[in-house]
Amino acid sequence: MRNALFLGCTTPSKGRAYEISARNVLKALGVEYEDVLDFACCGFPIKPASFDASMISALRNIAISEQSGFTSIISLCSGCTVQMVESQKEYEHNPTFREKAQRVLEKLGKKYYGNTKVKHFLRYLYEDVGPEKIKENIKRPLAGIRVAAHYGCHYIKPSDVYGFDSVEDPKTLDILVALLGAEPVHHRNYLHCCGGFLIGIDPHSTYAIAKEKLDWVSSAGLDCIVLSCPFCANTYDDNQRLIEQEFEEEYKIPVLYYSQLLGLAFGFSPKEVGMNLNKVKPQQLLNKLGIPE
Amino acid sequence: MEAKEVIRFSELDPNFRFEIAREPGGEGIFKCYACGTCTASCPVRYVNDKFNPRKIIHMVLLGMREEVLMSDFVWLCATCYSCQERCPQGVRITDIMRAIQNIAAREGKLIELYKKEVELLSKLGRLYEIDDFDARKREKAGLPQLKSVNEELKIIFDETGLSKIAKISSIEGE
Repeated sequence: MRNALFLGCTTPSKGRAYEISARNVLKALGVEYEDVLDFACCGFPIKPASFDASMISALRNIAISEQSGFTSIISLCSGCTVQMVESQKEYEHNPTFREKAQRVLEKLGKKYYGNTKVKHFLRYLYEDVGPEKIKENIKRPLAGIRVAAHYGCHYIKPSDVYGFDSVEDPKTLDILVALLGAEPVHHRNYLHCCGGFLIGIDPHSTYAIAKEKLDWVSSAGLDCIVLSCPFCANTYDDNQRLIEQEFEEEYKIPVLYYSQLLGLAFGFSPKEVGMNLNKVKPQQLLNKLGIPE
Repeated sequence: MEAKEVIRFSELDPNFRFEIAREPGGEGIFKCYACGTCTASCPVRYVNDKFNPRKIIHMVLLGMREEVLMSDFVWLCATCYSCQERCPQGVRITDIMRAIQNIAAREGKLIELYKKEVELLSKLGRLYEIDDFDARKREKAGLPQLKSVNEELKIIFDETGLSKIAKISSIEGE
């Protein structure tokens, strides 16, 4: 099975730490993947403008990867992932949409076959690589840190579209964190949304939603937030200073992609997992783990 | 939006709910019995009382077409799916919010942010430009170079009417 790596829009521009660390851990695990130059946006951002346009944009990517012989797409962003899976479901179940999509894709000289499995990077790690294989590669257990495992929304929802883990009591990210020797902790309302989708429409709502989470993580005394979506990272990491300013708070909570934490456990240096790109500097966390910069 | 003291039947559009029901994901709207689980689960509602999914669904069912489509609040859904996952009646509330937004967009009410995004995606194929600066940063980090321009999405937007929607509403202004 050949894997295509889907980066999306946010990761390669704002989330390079994610891309660097994800590529390094995939390599360490011996997972082969290829980049596809013609991939474009998944269509999720413009879903409020037009369902059809957004869904066909998603299908276009899958059609391209199928025509290049891939049967699996590993997607780094949670939003892109469910968007592409939803487009497959819509194509399968909605004949009106199917006809429209076929017609438009034909204009682009493309055809969608529907033999591709689209999975988020973490789902791929969990289901296809598996916890055992991950464990075998750990060279530096991350004992002594307490972690807020942030699932985010599109990692698990909508459940009838994506069908992974449980919506009200998900476990996979906790399991993946615990594997590394770190302690996942469920703070109050730990399944809270980051609010990031509204950042261009009503940033105060985003900040207020994100503040709730930062408050709970802070009062639980946790060492960092671990997540797997560039949108959530943008909210909690890139915007943490603004949130602090708006509410006159001080959090300084490091926000790590799971791939960064995994890379550290695999023995990569902080730079090799892009930690120099984190906005909230994770110095204290690294000190606690005894990892030199 | 100012709430009306009296809702006049003569100003309601009884077909609005059928219009929503015809959009993908909208068909379950009639099953809503207004329990409010959606609103209780909504992270946006928690911080911003302009947004209230139960109220929006009820306004649709009553036929308050203009009030809903002209409102600022329909654009405030964070797409977290909490309401949709928890709705005891299986109403696809997040999908319905999107259906309302799509109809508003077709009627020239698409908000500026999405017009800009449509424009960017038409030109670049991605939301953020990978300029020379970014390209150098990527190279330095050992990341492969990306195609900077991809114009195929423009064709999709033309064919689905989105280009027209985004442009028409930009000519008319907000």
